[in-house]
Amino acid sequence: MPAEGAAARAAAVAAAARRRRRLETALPWLVMTGLFLAWEIGCRAFAVPAFLLPAPSAIAESALKWWRPLLQDGLQTLFTTAVGFGLAIVAGLLLGVAIGSSALVYRGLYPLLIGFNSIPKVAVVPVLVIWFGTGSLPAIITAFLISFFPIVVNVATGIATVEPELRDVLRALGARPLDIIRKVGLPRAMPYFFASLKIAITVAFVGSIIAESVAPNAGIGRLMMVASSRFDVPLVFAGLILTGVMGVAMYWVAEALERRVTGWATRGQQGGVAEAPGG
Amino acid sequence: MAPRPGFVRPDFMRPDFVRLDGVAMRYGEGADGTLALSGTTLRVAEGEFVAVVGPSGCGKSTLMRLVTGLWPVTEGVVTVDGAPVSGPLSIAGMAFQNPTLLPWRRLLENVMLPLEVVEPHRRRLRRERAAYEAEARELLALVGLAGFEGRHPWELSGGMQQRASLCRALIHRPRLLMLDEPFGALDVFTREDLWAVLQALWLARRPTVILVTHDLREAAFLADRVLVMSARPGRIIAEHAVPFARPRRMADTYDAGFVDLVHALRDHVSAARRDEEAVPDAG
Ligand SMILES: Nc1ncnc2c1ncn2[C@@H]1O[C@H](COP(=O)(O)OP(=O)(O)O)[C@@H](O)[C@H]1O
Ligand SMILES: [Mg+2]
Repeated sequence: MPAEGAAARAAAVAAAARRRRRLETALPWLVMTGLFLAWEIGCRAFAVPAFLLPAPSAIAESALKWWRPLLQDGLQTLFTTAVGFGLAIVAGLLLGVAIGSSALVYRGLYPLLIGFNSIPKVAVVPVLVIWFGTGSLPAIITAFLISFFPIVVNVATGIATVEPELRDVLRALGARPLDIIRKVGLPRAMPYFFASLKIAITVAFVGSIIAESVAPNAGIGRLMMVASSRFDVPLVFAGLILTGVMGVAMYWVAEALERRVTGWATRGQQGGVAEAPGG
Repeated sequence: MAPRPGFVRPDFMRPDFVRLDGVAMRYGEGADGTLALSGTTLRVAEGEFVAVVGPSGCGKSTLMRLVTGLWPVTEGVVTVDGAPVSGPLSIAGMAFQNPTLLPWRRLLENVMLPLEVVEPHRRRLRRERAAYEAEARELLALVGLAGFEGRHPWELSGGMQQRASLCRALIHRPRLLMLDEPFGALDVFTREDLWAVLQALWLARRPTVILVTHDLREAAFLADRVLVMSARPGRIIAEHAVPFARPRRMADTYDAGFVDLVHALRDHVSAARRDEEAVPDAG
């Protein structure tokens, strides 16, 4: 009888865990639906004019009406963001490794990097337009400039914080600096790297859209500028929401990659300590 | 204080494997620097197991870094295997209080890490992987970790991680094993288990061992000879031969001779610490 009781209890615990997981998956959608509902009801109840705050239904209507330019400009923004972000990953990794592993490079470059990162990128776009014209290039470069700093800082931190004892073990074995970076520094920096990717991808969209708004040529930024100059506020909001959706999608990609590459860093959820032979 | 008069060298009179002659080591420049070692002289024969004890901060870890060539000496000469040390020394294996296993590698891959770095193993590893792997498994079995090769470090207790760390220090068959308070973070029972493990490893492989420890019983249990260091700047102020036969067992630690030795060591270390209090700015 105790055995049956235990089995029933275990089954109940498992069922509760399953319910909890289902709730966790559904929760973001529930929250979002709730938010949009409250928004819709609020707009109708207080009769908010559409040029101040359009209701979600008005935004959806506008999105359906203008789906072709939304799609086209959305893809354009996605393209410039992805290219800028890709460049930021490459440059960020290289520079992060250099800064994290050499005190000399760190001393030489860090103040410059911080200074550069403090410059508002809006101010840089006109210069980029003068240099590169109004094509996709200014948006790509702005996305790159804005997203590569967090990557550099995080990769450098991961590499610079290798335990000194571990460094000694490897150095005493005759490891070259490159060995230490490859065997220890880089794998160790991966959790930091992915944490920074999640920040970088969202700010990369900001970069692209800033460039597209300051130098309207193509993309969501231009679409929103044009829409707002015509007081088509629902379309502006449709552009905002599309940007948000693309940001979340890219974030998911980064997170899925992270789980594959750095599963070891988020241990503890699975499995406990193995049975020890004497400690 | 000179090494204790009446001290008898152990009778394996092989040439010295590790020698320090009048070694000084200063961190930082000039008067602002910390003088960690000064006038340190010691000899270790090949195959000998030497323990170093002393007040904390007296330069024991510094001594380890000098012998393995991780830092250059400020003064004097360090010689290992007949040649002056001028850079990192790959005939040495090292283990520390912190096991520093790599969390993304399984135990077997962690133990094999030195093989990916040290010549000539580095070149051979790809072709002779199976043989090297068998050796790593054998070593893990020797420390009681058979069956855990596929686990990640975070699945293991602190004592098990330290066992694996010892295996990593030994995998490339170093002739010199440098251990810096390897059991300092473990509870008393685990620590005593690991004394037996380390003794077994030493008897099986016979590397020259320099063990730094805070634990005087550990020093007396494991070593052929115990060196006592003064407060900073550290130098060797006393040495005690440990005459007990091998393999030693935990029961031996209750013998009068063993207890007397531990007391004698304790007196030396206490005296060194009192000196330090009397002269607060020894640097
Ligand atoms: N990298 C370092 N830079 C500056 N001072 C150091 C460094 N490492 C150790 N020291 C100093 O040297 C002295 C001896 O240190 P250490 O060899 O670690 O002592 P122990 O291992 O005996 O506790 C201490 O006073 C310590 O503060
Ligand atoms: Mg120390």
